[in-house]
Amino acid sequence: MKILIKGGRVINPATGRDERADVAIATGRILGIGHVPADFQPQRVIDAAGCIVAPGLVDLAARLREPGHEHEGMLESELNAAAAGGVTSLVCPPDTDPTLDEPGLVEMLKFRARKLSLCRLFPLGALTRGLGGEVLTEMAELTEAGCIGFSQAEVPIVDTLVLQRALQYAATFGYTVWLRPQDGWLGKGVAASGAVATRLGLSGVPVAAETVALLTIIELVRITGARVHLCRLSSAAGVALLRAAKAEGLPITADVSINSLHLTDVDIGFFNPAMRLTPPLRQGGDRDALRAALADGTIDALVSDHTPVEGDMKALPFGEAEPGATGLELLLSLALKWGADSGLPLATTLARVTSCPVRVLGESLGSLASSAGQLLPGGVADVVVFDPEATWTVEPGRLLSQGKHTPFAFEATGTALPGRVRATLVAGTVAHESLEARTG
Amino acid sequence: MLHRRNPQLNRHGELIHLLSIEGLPRDVLTHILDTAGTFLSVNDREVKKVPLLRGKSVFNLFFENSTRTRTTFEIAAKRLSADVINLDIAKSSASKGESLLDTIANLSAMHADMFVVRHSESGAPYLIAQHCAPHVHVVNAGDGRHAHPTQGLLDMYTIRHFKQDFTKLSVAIVGDIVHSRVARSDIHALTTLGVPDIRAVGPKTLVPGDLRDMGVRVCHSMAEGIRDADVIIMLRLQNERMSGAMLPSAGEFFKNYGLTADKLALARPDAIVMHPGPINRGVEIESSVADGARSVILPQVTFGIAVRMAVMSIIAGNEA
Amino acid sequence: MSTLTLDAEALYTELRAGVQQLWRPGMALMGVWSGGAWLAERLAADLAGTLAVGKPGVISSTLHRDDFSARGMASGTDATRIPYAVDGAHILLLDDVLFTGRTIRAVLNELYDFGRPASVTLAVLVDRGGRELPIQPAYAAAKISLPAGQKLALSRTDDGRFTFAIQEGSA
Repeated sequence: MKILIKGGRVINPATGRDERADVAIATGRILGIGHVPADFQPQRVIDAAGCIVAPGLVDLAARLREPGHEHEGMLESELNAAAAGGVTSLVCPPDTDPTLDEPGLVEMLKFRARKLSLCRLFPLGALTRGLGGEVLTEMAELTEAGCIGFSQAEVPIVDTLVLQRALQYAATFGYTVWLRPQDGWLGKGVAASGAVATRLGLSGVPVAAETVALLTIIELVRITGARVHLCRLSSAAGVALLRAAKAEGLPITADVSINSLHLTDVDIGFFNPAMRLTPPLRQGGDRDALRAALADGTIDALVSDHTPVEGDMKALPFGEAEPGATGLELLLSLALKWGADSGLPLATTLARVTSCPVRVLGESLGSLASSAGQLLPGGVADVVVFDPEATWTVEPGRLLSQGKHTPFAFEATGTALPGRVRATLVAGTVAHESLEARTG
Repeated sequence: MLHRRNPQLNRHGELIHLLSIEGLPRDVLTHILDTAGTFLSVNDREVKKVPLLRGKSVFNLFFENSTRTRTTFEIAAKRLSADVINLDIAKSSASKGESLLDTIANLSAMHADMFVVRHSESGAPYLIAQHCAPHVHVVNAGDGRHAHPTQGLLDMYTIRHFKQDFTKLSVAIVGDIVHSRVARSDIHALTTLGVPDIRAVGPKTLVPGDLRDMGVRVCHSMAEGIRDADVIIMLRLQNERMSGAMLPSAGEFFKNYGLTADKLALARPDAIVMHPGPINRGVEIESSVADGARSVILPQVTFGIAVRMAVMSIIAGNEA
Repeated sequence: MSTLTLDAEALYTELRAGVQQLWRPGMALMGVWSGGAWLAERLAADLAGTLAVGKPGVISSTLHRDDFSARGMASGTDATRIPYAVDGAHILLLDDVLFTGRTIRAVLNELYDFGRPASVTLAVLVDRGGRELPIQPAYAAAKISLPAGQKLALSRTDDGRFTFAIQEGSA
């Protein structure tokens, strides 16, 4: 379909482009930006006046709960949620049921996502069979089936020899290993160690759980040369180690979740189970360090860490509640809020959810790598049109995701969030549009 | 983030649930202690019953077993003329997979007026208070390591009875503080009532430095912690501490942190010795001290019934 | 605001005469906390020479009130203290103001927690009518009528003198 996005402010973070221009789209690609051929006859015009036209968001961490956890999410509802949030590509971790350690499962997932045409799906394969931390998976086969990297999700490998060998094997083929830096033994608590956990009598997760794991991972990267992406940094001490590792030139990238970026342990309040998250929410100093690191690029990407949790599993005492919060529909708004609070240019803010995540994915994207996360003539037409001035309130019942639990519900925060998505396009097809877009 | 009102207090600042001592204003605590005094004299009468909770049903919901605590709550409720139903959830539907909130909903349908709850997870009574009907009151009989407010209150009553003025005291709490809900409740109560010097005494594995955030002085030497104390509260040592690599043995604990007559001599000559019970003789405390002149462990139990009567009658009389 | 002024001291003098009329040897004085207790205390002192009046008891209605669900647990150190055996006692009960009768009903219930009195005779400073229960005083120094919305309260000054105040608000 030929589509014209008219009158918007086009921002391409990777190249610094920021100007009012029309965008012409045909056969799934961007035909032109600004210089639209006079004979271009669009079948649809999207009115982007007052809106920003940016590359579709690339979310490096979103759980879709399929296969296996369908009572918590279905591919269709979650990919619809992604499109509503302006997310055009997402990476899902392998902790499904069964785990993504068989090429057949990966192929099926990719096939079903492709059919829905709502959002591109890039699965992470399991690093070890069943995430058991003992036997390596067939990484080459899984990559062929579509995996863009390998991960242990939330299950740390406690056997350092196995971890080292997994990294060595992945390094052989240049695969990226995605690891959550959390020590298997020190990380057993339910809330971050500190004054709040002490007062509330909740078992603590000390910062050492993250730093000990980081030191191990960094040392193994030095030895094996494997490329590692660190998932969900949570502490100032962790940020310091990351900075030093990057300064050394090690092939390490990192992300932070919207939750750790905005919340602290004080927000647990009176044992609010919506705040039961992994990694646990830490203190103000940690949040400040994470925000600064994301601003200066030490942390490469901001992720939603979208984790739908069934209602019953949160209606439990804090320590028994299932950790996780919904996030796909909040990623853009929370990125904008952070950017505004930090006084950053819009292009930098948007880079953290578009071009920088694409850089993390690197060659694993294949031919898409050259234009994903960008708005380039001739490049893929994954676009989000959003009104940066509009605000909305998070009402769990009205979210498209089956995951209704969020710490940012208006009822709890009393604050509206900035940025409303007007239209989302994936491969030149409209995946989501709001009412305003339809009348345009 | 909006900070919600303390769920224990209604709009007028009156107590409708007792979930934790933390966050309760000083005058609420004093009101409870004063009322307990009234009930203490009731317990000396021929007729020990008063009709304050007549027609009300009090459900003892113990998800974690404790015959002692449950019995004192039962006695307290019966002296207030309430009907008492005891539920050992561990043996019943919860172990068949019924969720906590389903259990509460079922019991509310049986017209419960008050739940006395003990649970192994910190915060469980808050969840219950949030989800039960507005006219139902919740008393926390101990949740995980978070709080045991009635124990904290009866400990304060005991201290007030023997020492009168909180603002001049040095209080030492000894033992497994990091895992102790009694210690947390005692610390909150002592700070609210104005005790200027509170010491937390024990090895680093049981008394970590971050306890300072609660306003106590951390002491890893028993001699330093006990010196010139007016009140010594000994805590129970649980066997799990040995299996969790926190202590090598009960014997070594007793050697360094057990309250013997020698150690007691370091405290003030008129210091009182307290223990929430049940005591492990030869582990936390030597028999001669537990049974000695300075021990007020038995009066604590008597005061406990009066304090629980006070708590139940106060919250039952306030509307949500 | 009321145009009625009550001279509490004058009424007390009347009450003292009335109590002397009601008195039988062996009776025991008891005052309802707080106003009645003040009256009993002063009567015991004033009559010490003339009658064989022992130490008066104080009795509180707090634990047996019928409005507990609405008004909650009252505060204050107002515990009942009875320095004699209640079983078989002839009790002269004193209160400052008799209104609906509910306080006396609660006080009687409290009294029964201590034993079975042989008799209870009630003497009050002011009977303001408005009874909701079948309770009558054997003696009242004054009978008045007040609107239900007004509260009549007895006070005692530092030197032991009684005064009455009329306040707006529920009794």
